[in-house]
Amino acid sequence: MGELESFRNEVRDWLKASVPESLYGRPLTMMAREEPEAADLQADRKRYLERMVERGYTAPTWPKQYGGGGLTPPQAKVLQEELGRLRVPPALMGMGLTMIGPTLLVHGNDEQKEKYLPKIVTGEHRWCQGFSEPNAGSDLASLRTSAKLDDSGERYVINGQKIWTSGAQYSNWIFMLVRTDETTKHQGITFILLPMDTPGIEVKPIRLISGNSPFCEVFFTDVVADVKDVVGGVNQGWTVAKTLLNFERSGMGGGGPQRRPGATTGGGLVALAKEAVGERDGRIADTRTRDRLASLQLDELAYSLTLKRSAQTRKAGGAPGPEISMFKLYQSELGQRRDELAMALRGTDGLAVDENEVGPARAWLSAKATTIYGGSSEIQRNIIAKRVLKLPIN
Amino acid sequence: MALTLNGEQQLLRDSARNFVSTHAPVSHLRSLRDRNDDRGYSPVLWEQMVELGWAGIAIPESYGGAGLGLLELGLVMEECGRTLAPTPLLSTVLLAGNAVLEAGSEAQKSALLPAVCEGNKVMALAFEERSRFAPYQVACKAEARGTGFRLSGRKTFVLDGHIADTLVVTARTQGEVGDRDGISLFLVDPKQAGVKIERTTTLDSRNAAQCSFEAVDVPGDALLGELHQGADVLDRVLDRATVCLSAEMLGLVSQTYDVTLDYLKTRVQFDARIGSFQALQHRAVDMFCELELCKSLVLEALTAADEGRDDATMLASAVKARLTDASRWITRQAVQLHGGIGMTDEHDIGLYLKRGAATEQTLGDSAYHLDRFASLRGF
Repeated sequence: MGELESFRNEVRDWLKASVPESLYGRPLTMMAREEPEAADLQADRKRYLERMVERGYTAPTWPKQYGGGGLTPPQAKVLQEELGRLRVPPALMGMGLTMIGPTLLVHGNDEQKEKYLPKIVTGEHRWCQGFSEPNAGSDLASLRTSAKLDDSGERYVINGQKIWTSGAQYSNWIFMLVRTDETTKHQGITFILLPMDTPGIEVKPIRLISGNSPFCEVFFTDVVADVKDVVGGVNQGWTVAKTLLNFERSGMGGGGPQRRPGATTGGGLVALAKEAVGERDGRIADTRTRDRLASLQLDELAYSLTLKRSAQTRKAGGAPGPEISMFKLYQSELGQRRDELAMALRGTDGLAVDENEVGPARAWLSAKATTIYGGSSEIQRNIIAKRVLKLPIN
Repeated sequence: MALTLNGEQQLLRDSARNFVSTHAPVSHLRSLRDRNDDRGYSPVLWEQMVELGWAGIAIPESYGGAGLGLLELGLVMEECGRTLAPTPLLSTVLLAGNAVLEAGSEAQKSALLPAVCEGNKVMALAFEERSRFAPYQVACKAEARGTGFRLSGRKTFVLDGHIADTLVVTARTQGEVGDRDGISLFLVDPKQAGVKIERTTTLDSRNAAQCSFEAVDVPGDALLGELHQGADVLDRVLDRATVCLSAEMLGLVSQTYDVTLDYLKTRVQFDARIGSFQALQHRAVDMFCELELCKSLVLEALTAADEGRDDATMLASAVKARLTDASRWITRQAVQLHGGIGMTDEHDIGLYLKRGAATEQTLGDSAYHLDRFASLRGF
């Protein structure tokens, strides 16, 4: 038996013994409405998290010294597959694990890694991302939220506003980009960390077209931050941000088929189409609908194969490069096409909105954000043109 | 299964790339065209390719081949696509040769396949009767006569038909035109009385013959495979050929894209390299992304065929539909983005456009294959 297979058996046994059965088959509820759960279920979730944390399995590939599992990428994949087999949701999710943690492993100093990574792993720190500003969207590097050193030289005083900050209302820490040099653009940006309960921070959720409020505005008025919490050096923030954005985009483009609440998945669309427009000899009766669905399925097939090929080609454990923009671009646009088709097939039924449910209409509306956040589709194309195709800059 | 190449496969691809770029660059096709070559490919060059083992890559060792897979043959086809190198690989190996391999008796295989591997035989599959791909639309008849058969009918678009030493012909032995059942395959000597072959030159400077059969008597052992069951053979052969043709198309489209990207980086207008204009950058990016998707599908379809997987047929249609649309889009964009120079015969990009257009129609276009893809996926 190969090493990986014996690891699989070990993981399988451990999961069986450790994951409370009440959590089998529980779907993710990340962006969905927060439903209060029964007390015993909450207790089971807590117990599951504690056990996963003990073994380092909330951050499987991180070094053990920071509370990670120290697994190789193939081992981590096995763990993920085994969790998938039990249909158990991840014990912990969020930007700590997927964005700031991996970025600290690349750019953080030892002190920062020791201070922050173990608290991400346990879920004690829940992070949000302070990047975009009202006048710095696609042109992120034009951001103006300022950080000025005070007289002691040990503290920054931050003033300004961030926007589109996902989950700011549920987070207790923020990683953000601030302007530390007004005289230059990209080279005047610094990447800094601070607690959300610092005096002077105000959070206001934004109500979106979907009726949900996954994003917030965050206001900073004379907010004090520690110079020790600068990551990657003063005025080096753009470099750190690019690393982080690639991690972010790999999360948006690496997930395979989308499992957003309310979205119609896989064969569901075929069944829906047959029901909506009828079938003849097993074929969707309306040729235009059949064509759209065939094109969509072909695109999804080609895309998932490309994801797989890229995973096999990419060097194990390396930070993703600019080619990840392709996946972010493609996955978000595919997801939107799927939602558009699902909406169209439902006809007037698709227009119904239920305040208490994430139905197809709200899923369709929510998905409009996917080609805008994390760098819009247009920005992804700019990045690929410049950094992958090496096309000239005017 | 892996979507990456192993060391040997990479080596094969590199050596093929090296060979065609040295011995069969685009200027080679151009010279064949300009002298209106009567074969449409260079026998000298084909002999060298045969020495490299290309003819027998996917033919079992017992018949003189290398016993490798379709993936290896596909890699060679891809590289030939990059320089538009004309070879009899599609006609002789992938279509007629595979039909013999799939359906032939031991005697038929031993008589034909070693000669194919040695490059001594050109074969052609005469199966199309309509201008749009429809392999079951067989009106050409074969009537039992004594111990043999009498063939009558017409075939069109027989690739390399005018130089073939042996034809594999589909004929109806039962049922009606359009029926899947009742098609049989026959080996026919083109020199036989009643066989008429007329070369047509296609826009990609290759050739495809019109064949007619007037009361052509063939012996009983000319039957290839089982009587009436030819469609089973035809399906397998066409699927495999379709996947390899898609690999050739990938090479063709990749090269078209590379040349165009290079042009965007060098052509100066308005005192700027035109590749700095966002409208053109985004178009180039979309082509780049499309090619990445095409590469994955080609690798997967070749692998599935080699592994004899259940989804191999679905993937054959998926890959041909995709590459056809990719070729249609990218070769047309390439001419547009080259501007005036792209309209000239002197520039190579027009040759890619023409070969692209020919491959798009060969073995079924995207309308045919997308329809088949949907049917195979249950809708």
